Amino acid sequence: MAENKTKNIMIVGVGGQGTLLTSRILGGITVAAGYDVKLSEVHGMAQRGGSVVTFVRYGEKVAEPIVEEGQADLLIAFEKLEAKRYAHFLKKDGTLVVNDQKIEPITVVTGAAQYPENIIEELSSKYETYSIDAMGEALALGNSKVFNIIVLGVAAKHMDFSKEDWLKVIENTVPPKTVEMNKKAFLLGYES
Amino acid sequence: MSEKKIMLGNEAIARGAYEAGVKVSAAYPGTPSTEISENIVKYDEIYAEWSPNEKVAMEVAIGASISGVRAMASMKHVGVNVASDPLYTISYSGVNGGLVLVAADDPGLYSSQNEQDTRCVARAAQVPVIEPSDSQEAKDFMKYAFDLSEKYDTPVILRTTTRLSHSQGPVTLEDRVEPIDVPYERNIQKYVMMPGMAKQRHIYVEQRMKQMAQDGADMPINRVEMGDTKIGFIASGIAYQYVKEACPEASVLKLGLVHPLPRKMIEEFAAKVDKLYIFEELEPVFEEQIKSWGIECVGKEIFTLQGEYSANMLRKAVLGEEVEVAEPAQVPARPPILCPGCPHRSVYSVLNKLKIHAAGDIGCYTLGAVAPLNVVDTTVCMGASISTLHGMEKAKGKDYVKNWVAVIGDSTFLHTGVNSLMNMAYNQATGTVMILDNSTTGMTGHQDHAATGKTLKGEVVPAINIYDLCKTIGVKNVTVVNAFDIETLEKVIKEETQREELSVIITQSPCVLLKGNVFPNKCRVIPEKCKKCGACLRPGCPALTKTADGVAVIDETMCNGCGLCMQLCKFGAIEKVEA
Repeated sequence: MAENKTKNIMIVGVGGQGTLLTSRILGGITVAAGYDVKLSEVHGMAQRGGSVVTFVRYGEKVAEPIVEEGQADLLIAFEKLEAKRYAHFLKKDGTLVVNDQKIEPITVVTGAAQYPENIIEELSSKYETYSIDAMGEALALGNSKVFNIIVLGVAAKHMDFSKEDWLKVIENTVPPKTVEMNKKAFLLGYES
Repeated sequence: MSEKKIMLGNEAIARGAYEAGVKVSAAYPGTPSTEISENIVKYDEIYAEWSPNEKVAMEVAIGASISGVRAMASMKHVGVNVASDPLYTISYSGVNGGLVLVAADDPGLYSSQNEQDTRCVARAAQVPVIEPSDSQEAKDFMKYAFDLSEKYDTPVILRTTTRLSHSQGPVTLEDRVEPIDVPYERNIQKYVMMPGMAKQRHIYVEQRMKQMAQDGADMPINRVEMGDTKIGFIASGIAYQYVKEACPEASVLKLGLVHPLPRKMIEEFAAKVDKLYIFEELEPVFEEQIKSWGIECVGKEIFTLQGEYSANMLRKAVLGEEVEVAEPAQVPARPPILCPGCPHRSVYSVLNKLKIHAAGDIGCYTLGAVAPLNVVDTTVCMGASISTLHGMEKAKGKDYVKNWVAVIGDSTFLHTGVNSLMNMAYNQATGTVMILDNSTTGMTGHQDHAATGKTLKGEVVPAINIYDLCKTIGVKNVTVVNAFDIETLEKVIKEETQREELSVIITQSPCVLLKGNVFPNKCRVIPEKCKKCGACLRPGCPALTKTADGVAVIDETMCNGCGLCMQLCKFGAIEKVEA
């Protein structure tokens, strides 16, 4: 494993939070930079409000499309319980970017389980952690949907691509009508 | 043209079809195959359709092939079961224009009812199978599949798996080849499979498979990558990538043709390595054949028959490396659930209240099996809800099914449910069938079907009227109810389940995720009126939670204003407001 210089990124969240769009932007920027890249995502039933995970791996030559436990350089979590669920995928010196939002799973709503307390504090003690209330920020921007791009903006600070490249890929990836809003959202995270 | 693009495996398969000069494509949606057709639709040169089920799709492709053009069908693994009747026989007939079936397996069951291996079906049907390992190969192999099909006069299966179909990687684009149009000639020896003709074709089929096995060594899709000869692997598809990741130094025989196996090539490779591992997800298809040739190898003794493989699995099992992994946190599970505003939740809340059991079917509504709805008791396959309910009645009598219904979606009803309803009408059943009509094929991501009035290409066409269809079949009692009108729904379900006659209840309301839906309202709790009874929380809407002291709270960003919770609140503590 040591000789493998491939970068491993995971995006986790709740089905419907837009992990696919985010991974598409990540895929776009790595290809634009000339890397070999593999992304692996979840479609279909597993997406319906369930826990979802997307893997992004890029480097000179990438074989396996998935990131395994203990291998992620960067974990981008759109929901904090999902951050906790997948934190063990991080390398010991890996970076966690987490959206400080709580979405109760059905097991909690029905009372079968309890939503854990102090997730971000606990994860901060183990990993280099950056949290943001992206939903609050997105609502302040006037569009709750772009919260994921705000989180991506925060994560982008911990990757080796320029701001200009990010903005260009966003422009090429999101629907034309939403380009300005998404760029604004990205910069909000990136410059936070 | 050598543009490079990052593509989903399924997108690359569609591109491959385009470049191969395919003229006709037919499919029924099913994870993980759906995006193949959704991408083919972008190419105006290809006629593409959603067929009502996979058997029809396969036969459409067969007809196109016989007429002399390149044609394909695509489906998920269990769809191949539905299409297996034509598949087994077209294997005998062979093709005129190339014919490819794309079959998408689902190791790990991300969105399926079983974990079957299409290679087993292919062996039984004596149809060759090729299997790509990444998006680039998905495109290239698609083109190669058509060459093989025409060269060996056979349908060819291109097998993919969820991990390949739903992974993205770079693909170099090429131009479309000039589509073939082979003249059609009447040839009943080949295209009419009566016993006398089929006997002869069976001889041909055996020869064909033998010939392909022999030619396999020269096919560019099979390749030997010699490295360290202490360990050798035979692998195909995504499993090959795990080998390259975990053991980049080892020798590998990468199989592109996975049925029939290139025996000589395998024997030669096996002789060159000290220890041979067969690394294949799901069934020991390679392993059993290779062992039967007297070759020593290790496979399912150390690799599982279930689920997906990984590089770490290899590191542990073959290299004996202990991969250090932090303990996963113990956190509440987050299983998939019905969306906020889903009409199925409304219907199920009524069935749950009435303590009625449901014979279930395949779709989002299968989620009604689990807490908190607990309505669906059985799920077998597409269309089975109606026929299993019928079987129960014939076994136990009319009274037994008075607290049962069958639940089936609109797309699934048209897929195969309609046959089962014909059977109920014909054989004098008295059960109650509920068609949960949400105007789309929901779970796979909103595909049109014959009752939506739109084709895969987006043309507006006359829609089948499900009410009229049920009436035509001979069902006397057909009632249409708004899925969110729970008062009427309760009344109708009570009446129809008690009635000793066959009934159909069609509940209507579009899928909440359907494009173009507008939600003018949201629901809001008036906290001072909330009596903390929990009635609104019971159906498990993800937009509804409660505060520490039990007062209901609605998440405005999730609520679609369906009003189910409002109807369930006896204290007027939930109101609708403008969104």
